[in-house]
Amino acid sequence: MTREVLAIEELTVTLGTRRGAARAVAGVDWSVAAGQTFALVGESGSGKSMSVLAATGLAPRTARVTGRVRLLGEELTAVSPQRRRRLRGRHVGFVFQDPMTSLNPVLTVGRQVAEGCEEHLGMTRRQARDRAVELLDLVGIPSPAQRVDAYPHQFSGGMRQRAVIAMALACEPDLLIADEPTTALDVTTQAQIVELVADLQRRLGTAVVWITHDLGVVAGVADTVAVMYGGRIVEQGPVDAVFAAPGHPYTRALLAARPDPAHAGGDLPAIDGSPPNPLDLPAGCAFWPRCPVRGDARCADELPPLTEVAPGHRVRTFYPAREAR
Amino acid sequence: MTGGDATTGGVRPGATTPHQPTGAAVPGPPAGAAESVAELDDLRVWFPARGGPPVRAVDGVSLTVRRGETLGLVGESGSGKSTTGLALLRLVDPTGGTIRVAGEDVTGWSRRRLRALRRRVAMVFQDPQASLDPRLTVGASIAEPLIVHGLVDSAPARRRRVAELLDLVGLRAELAGRHPHELSGGQRQRVGIARALAGEPDLIVLDEPIASLDLSVQAQIMNLLRRLQRELTLTYLFIAHDLAAVEHMSDRVAVMYLGRIVETGTPAQLYREPAHPYTAALLSAIPVADPAVERHRRRIILGGDVPSPADPPSGCRFRTRCPQARPDCAEQDPVPVEVGPGHLAACRYVGEAVPAMRADPPVPRPAEPGPHPAGT
Repeated sequence: MTREVLAIEELTVTLGTRRGAARAVAGVDWSVAAGQTFALVGESGSGKSMSVLAATGLAPRTARVTGRVRLLGEELTAVSPQRRRRLRGRHVGFVFQDPMTSLNPVLTVGRQVAEGCEEHLGMTRRQARDRAVELLDLVGIPSPAQRVDAYPHQFSGGMRQRAVIAMALACEPDLLIADEPTTALDVTTQAQIVELVADLQRRLGTAVVWITHDLGVVAGVADTVAVMYGGRIVEQGPVDAVFAAPGHPYTRALLAARPDPAHAGGDLPAIDGSPPNPLDLPAGCAFWPRCPVRGDARCADELPPLTEVAPGHRVRTFYPAREAR
Repeated sequence: MTGGDATTGGVRPGATTPHQPTGAAVPGPPAGAAESVAELDDLRVWFPARGGPPVRAVDGVSLTVRRGETLGLVGESGSGKSTTGLALLRLVDPTGGTIRVAGEDVTGWSRRRLRALRRRVAMVFQDPQASLDPRLTVGASIAEPLIVHGLVDSAPARRRRVAELLDLVGLRAELAGRHPHELSGGQRQRVGIARALAGEPDLIVLDEPIASLDLSVQAQIMNLLRRLQRELTLTYLFIAHDLAAVEHMSDRVAVMYLGRIVETGTPAQLYREPAHPYTAALLSAIPVADPAVERHRRRIILGGDVPSPADPPSGCRFRTRCPQARPDCAEQDPVPVEVGPGHLAACRYVGEAVPAMRADPPVPRPAEPGPHPAGT
């Protein structure tokens, strides 16, 4: 039995905007165990980032969050904001798309990596600095003993992201949340970072939540994947099952729309239209207006339930595909 | 996609530019073959840097874009691919080399004459949100090139032409009255394309046209670009870092690294048999949307970062990260070698390096110390 690190149940996030309430996330359930990688895929506005930010208490102030979140067995929604902050700082590491949003430009990289060790592990300044050198070495930054005193602007994009990973790992977190960590990086650097996270995970047994829009990255990193659309999970399951036999028309369309050398020449099977506006979501299936399967009036009016199509593989559609891709 | 023979046929054996140490030149068309729309010959674009040597963004690039084709230009950030595209419109000033568009040497054209150049070469940018004036309606944005180039004089005729252009890119004519913020990302990029089409250019430089779009919208825009190319016989320089998109869109592909072209060929040649170690590494780094393939895949992981273009390595520029680099790679700029019809690679150990990389277990080399700029 694997140890559950983070579990989310019935999570809903509503954002108050000037143009009304936007339902960013609607009734999302998932969990991730130690040593496992859970990938959340979706397009912009699908709710993939918002669901994770809300679960860890980082949603914007205007957000109304309901549902239950358990971190290492402790109900986060039941504890005080101070306790929540403490738990998050001690047990969760974050890596975001743009490393400069996580790094303070006027502090040395080493100082920023050391901060967490002092704050949460009770190290002295001296110990924390030594630990920072170790961590920079761990994430593959060359000559870490010198680089520890460098400022973020002296690092390249890939090195900054490594520094952010070092910061995220400073307290040996049980959970690493990686929100599009490689999107701003070049593909050869992306390969380095993917490899680095996988290696650290093997060594430290960290649970990883990897948020991305890149299905190729998902195929490489995930044990389990959830596909989000219009604030809901439309498909969820073991990565092999979802890629080999995607059941939701959206998942199938997304996989088919990628250029594939085997089918070069013709037009790509594109999905018409654009992702839905969270301010104006349809009553039924949010994908219905763009769906190639099209279904019937039921799709427009009634929300399809998440139905299990194979062990652990669930799909939210009235018309699941049964055959392999 | 055009067959390999149609795009590479008739290449002169060993056809490279006289400026040999400048990376794999894209061979020019022989007499009687497709007419060239744009040619760069040993182009260099250096940017002055305060208190240091200039940043050599483009450092000896030669290529030819032939009428009706899509030439894909791939490379990572800092490779100089976007600067190369900007140079074709003379939006950056060349430090050396020549730029020819439709047979005319435009390298030294005055500001006044450049207006004519920018009708012949149009550009579509990555972020349509940033490239469209937020205060102008969509119609006004599309009409602007018509006015600037004096193409349509009367307002009613302009409105008709704008409607026609909107229809071409798959937008309803009513959208002419909207502002960019009222459109989706995909619609905005369609407007960017309509604007580029307005002057009926000889060449359209597409600089990362799909990079900022949602996955489901990327395929729409690629299909649109290809349909327009078929219907209007357009010529594209397709600049992107997404290798799968470049493969899908291009008749020929040139791979850039640190200001140079390292390999050129048809997508089939490059993607099936990359001859330059950098191309091979780049291809092996692309994730494939298939967990079974990903699990058993042997990736060539490059060590370190791209060196600073202000201080590029001597000899082969890729040697500091190349898993197959040998001591003499530092001595001389590698000369482009023809490894197949129209397939050129600038590597001293072409034919040996890539097979050796694939046989060896991937060993990441230690990164070079020293601060690197984050690239462009």
